[in-house]
Amino acid sequence: MAQQDGMVEKRGGGLWLTHLGMIIGVAFIFFPIWLAFVASTVEQQAIVRPPMPLLPGDKLVENYTRALTSGVNAPVAMMLMNSVIMALGIAIGKIAISLLSAFAIVYFRFPGRHLFFWLIFLTLMLPVEVRIVPTYEVIANFGMLNSYSGLILPLIASATATFLFRQFFMTVPDELAEAARVDGAKPMRFFFDILLPMSRTNIAALFVILFIYGWNQYLWPLLITTDPSMNTIVMGIKQMFPSGDDTADWPVIMATSILAMIPPVLVVIGMQRLFVRGLVESEK
Amino acid sequence: MATVTLENLRKSYGKTEVIHGVDIDITDGEFIVIVGPSGCGKSTLLRMVAGLETVTSGDIQIDGRNVNSVEPMDRDIAMVFQNYALYPHMSVFDNMAYGLKIAKVPKDEIAKRVANAAEILQLEPYLKRKPRELSGGQRQRVAMGRAIVRKPAVFLFDEPLSNLDAKLRVQMRLEIKALQRDLGVTSLYVTHDQVEAMTLADRMIVMNSGVADQIGKPLDVYADPATEFVAGFIGSPPTNFLDAGQLGRRVEGGAKVGIRPEHIRIVPQTETDFAGKVVYSEPLGAETLVHLKLLDGEDVTVRQEGALPIPEEGESCGLSWEAKDEMIFSEDGSRVRQSGS
Repeated sequence: MAQQDGMVEKRGGGLWLTHLGMIIGVAFIFFPIWLAFVASTVEQQAIVRPPMPLLPGDKLVENYTRALTSGVNAPVAMMLMNSVIMALGIAIGKIAISLLSAFAIVYFRFPGRHLFFWLIFLTLMLPVEVRIVPTYEVIANFGMLNSYSGLILPLIASATATFLFRQFFMTVPDELAEAARVDGAKPMRFFFDILLPMSRTNIAALFVILFIYGWNQYLWPLLITTDPSMNTIVMGIKQMFPSGDDTADWPVIMATSILAMIPPVLVVIGMQRLFVRGLVESEK
Repeated sequence: MATVTLENLRKSYGKTEVIHGVDIDITDGEFIVIVGPSGCGKSTLLRMVAGLETVTSGDIQIDGRNVNSVEPMDRDIAMVFQNYALYPHMSVFDNMAYGLKIAKVPKDEIAKRVANAAEILQLEPYLKRKPRELSGGQRQRVAMGRAIVRKPAVFLFDEPLSNLDAKLRVQMRLEIKALQRDLGVTSLYVTHDQVEAMTLADRMIVMNSGVADQIGKPLDVYADPATEFVAGFIGSPPTNFLDAGQLGRRVEGGAKVGIRPEHIRIVPQTETDFAGKVVYSEPLGAETLVHLKLLDGEDVTVRQEGALPIPEEGESCGLSWEAKDEMIFSEDGSRVRQSGS
């Protein structure tokens, strides 16, 4: 039996101990999420009065319906929608732009090729927070405050993705491009027919990472959306906190938190297989 | 199908010239093998014909049309690459059909041509598979199939067999030869393997650092090499080169004498004044290769019948050959022809 499961030969006490350690670790991470879930299923009074409940209450449907349809400032359904549009826009836009720029840098000899590559690379050192004031100025002058384009465009260029695709394209044998040329494929045809299908696992991996990056944007949406109907869910949670003497509607806030967690989890689970393959292997 | 003419073809990378002017007229249906050591410019030459490298100066004509500045797809050529260059995400069928699809050939015509090529190459059971599910020999066939379906005027092969194991290489060599005969398509074939060159070629081009040292039928090249390089490169084991002064054979301008291993006989030392010490022997069954060191330190290889007695290591033997088998080369490696011989 010891032969059957696993390559570790040590059995018995050690095995239980390691499992115990893992279970405690998981419980430790999971506990706050559990608390949030419990809080989203009980009444306001149950949360405010100590001790906090540790088992779900009976107000689950009621609280979630309230959150989705009315929320505190804006209905959560609308904020979810805004977040989905922003995250998808950022993920898809970033992938499209970085694929094309990596294609240009790897497959075309044009003057300043290396200069442009290093310029793109340099922007890695300039995260959103560093350039946020000038970016705000630009977006405001373009009249893009409180709009999807304002949410998406400033975040759409990605040096990381460009760099990753460049590295991948450089591992694609030159002979493949030459064979396509002999077959009569023009550059864009080669890009769409051959390069793009070959990069699909890399694209999937990046999509997951970039979707979550987009979803978790906080500072930028907070800055440029003043209209509650343009709020994204991650910043929306903070907006729900009361100012002054208002009481916080904790069940609704907690329901919103739980709802905000669901889409990234779905994306990760849905693309798990492609995601892992894309990170581990490069299929040639 | 087509003739190919190269006229004083040159290629430079920056200031470094790598092809120093190659001329050849290839007739319709001819199988030309370009052979040479690595770095001699043979692949560059082929890639220039394919249109993957630009021409620095000179002319390439396919069927009388100058194609110097024509895109590869419009040159009416098909190329088989060393690593096959199959599209990894496409099935075998799609790999072969891709070029035709781009050329907007009607669907039923594509299906017909691919089916035909698959039949010739025995690929019918594999049409739906991806390249990674095929063996090396099958991938090689797909790469050939991709070339065949286009019905090109010229086939270009860039060391197509170098990734196969020895046995498969011999088999594919025969298949390529048979296929080229059947289709009658003018072909250029690059290899560093002289056996491939000897067996496949109608005519071969022996390249030496960017220069076509000799162009001719394989057996003519073997029997009558034009330069010291050709004599040394074609033939295995290679030609023995001896210092002309040592031999006491003074020919105008001659510096070295080349003798092929099979032309030297081992004789008792009393019969000749030319002797060497046996270093080691390699009995191969049908023949034996005897490696000797001459008194002045030069190495000589003798190829003799397997049935002949094999000399002991360390034994001193006399060496003898006939004067007609001597090939005399000048200091710069070119052949010195003796008048009247």
